[in-house]
Amino acid sequence: MAKKKFVVGCFDDEAVLFPAVKKVRTAGYKIHDIYTPFPVHGLDHAMGLRETSLHTAGFIYGITGTTTALSGIGWVFTKDWPVNIGGKPHFDLPAWIPITFELTVLFAAVGMVLTFCYLCQLSPFIKKHHFHERATDDLFVMVIECTEKTNSDDLQAFLRTNGAVEVNVQNAEPGWWLGLYGKEDQLIRDTQVVA
Amino acid sequence: MASIREQFEIPGKLKTWSYALIGVGVLAFILGLVTKGIGGNEHDHNVFIGTLMYNSIFFTLICNASMFFICATTLAMGGWQVVFRRIPEAISTMVPIFGSITFVILLYIIGSHNHHIYHWLSEEAKSDPVLKGKLGFLNPTFYITWSVLTIGLWSVLGARIRKLSSEADDAITMNGEAGQSFIWRNTVSAALFIVWFALTVGSTVPWLWMMSIDAHWYSTMYSWYTFASSFVSGMSLIALWVVYLKNKGYLEYANEEHLHDIGKFMFAFSIFWTYLWFSQYMLIWYANIPEETIYFKHRVQGPYRGLFFLNIILNFVCPILILMKRGAKRNYTLITFMSVLIIFGHWVDFYQMVMGSISKEEVTLGWLDFGIAALFVGLMIFFVAKALAKKPLMPKYHPFLKESIIHHT
Repeated sequence: MAKKKFVVGCFDDEAVLFPAVKKVRTAGYKIHDIYTPFPVHGLDHAMGLRETSLHTAGFIYGITGTTTALSGIGWVFTKDWPVNIGGKPHFDLPAWIPITFELTVLFAAVGMVLTFCYLCQLSPFIKKHHFHERATDDLFVMVIECTEKTNSDDLQAFLRTNGAVEVNVQNAEPGWWLGLYGKEDQLIRDTQVVA
Repeated sequence: MASIREQFEIPGKLKTWSYALIGVGVLAFILGLVTKGIGGNEHDHNVFIGTLMYNSIFFTLICNASMFFICATTLAMGGWQVVFRRIPEAISTMVPIFGSITFVILLYIIGSHNHHIYHWLSEEAKSDPVLKGKLGFLNPTFYITWSVLTIGLWSVLGARIRKLSSEADDAITMNGEAGQSFIWRNTVSAALFIVWFALTVGSTVPWLWMMSIDAHWYSTMYSWYTFASSFVSGMSLIALWVVYLKNKGYLEYANEEHLHDIGKFMFAFSIFWTYLWFSQYMLIWYANIPEETIYFKHRVQGPYRGLFFLNIILNFVCPILILMKRGAKRNYTLITFMSVLIIFGHWVDFYQMVMGSISKEEVTLGWLDFGIAALFVGLMIFFVAKALAKKPLMPKYHPFLKESIIHHT
């Protein structure tokens, strides 16, 4: 939970944002994240983000569900409590398939939603720092992490020349922390004291 | 725009291949005709006719699936398929040709009163308590009328949509309001085709042509099952042609984004097919009523057991495991491999659907089946290549062309 220093540049146009991302990356600055009001096609590519592993996780959750269902039903109907149902064999695979399918989908779906929330740091009772509130309305907010080599004044000027309409420096906690919405100010003050 | 190769020239090698396949096919047909069709006993004769029948129906339906693809995407206002739209169009020109072949074969079965294939043609059917009730639907007059209507309207409505598509080659007819009217007329034609498609492939035609071989038996899943089978192989066929043309340096604007979406169709409809396959199988297996299980008796426990499981491996296990990854659907080699596998798999599926009922005691899959399939593949390559060469490969002034070029999956 260490606070870091960030330079924030706000853009009001996608067409300006894309070349700016390219220039910022070529100049060697480290982009923390870009917050946009809506999903922007190709931005992940421009930022050089790697392909998400969410679908691999989904596959693993899915086969976990398949295995759970097959071994669970299999154990119940052949070992634990064999019942004669309509003269069918105890090991009646076709009858198990619907349940197996349901559990596969359930595990994959729930697992992927939870993983997605974890990766995006979304949860109730959790606080995250907002770099700019208009990121949910009409601004594309580019957040650049400052390292010890970064000159924040140079960087701000650099962002302005590349079309940023608003630029500032923020000390902020990049991760999430436990907190309630109503006590926002106090929580931020507390974390500042700790840091 | 000037630099793109918009006119397809048929490579000599492709022509040679199509001639070779047609040659092999004709040879197999003549050999089959001599040894089985005329020379053999009654069973051999039925096997010969059955082989012609399932091959012609299979290839007609997968070529018709191309037109269904065009109409479905048109009705959904989809623009992504425009850059390669001429390929399904070219494939759908096969419908009148394969349709006529199918019709001749079916007409021969009806005309020769072959009640070993269609049991409802026999005299006993009139006194059979189950078949008596079905004779209003299963009778030669209705069968022939409906088959003529089916194949005729597929061809006519398909030709209408292909003709409309040619307008998009001309800049003058495609400006402003003309573009809107073009889309509207496309939508209307596509809707007409889809309605007819639903009344034929979606319901009646598989009942008439294939399900009525087991005249006493019925399944409400059968038509959808046939549709799923033909549609997924139809998408694979489109994918094969797209990859082939890309390899030859055509279709500059079609890229892995488009291939990815075709791959999604192949993946999704393989699973849809499995869903229908399983729904049909499990209900019959669970209810365990003799007049229903008779269909699966020799398929699961008899000589068709191997093919029965091969069917599921080829058409479900392989597609779901291989095509699941995003990278696989964007990989030309894998898509080609899977397309061939899926088409072969569903050909085997049609084999067991038709021949499993005609030749219950033994599996006759052999040189005749592959030979006749080669004949149809050869004809398909020959005529589709010819149809592709007739028009520019891209509808240059289609209103949705830009949407297709910048398509991003």
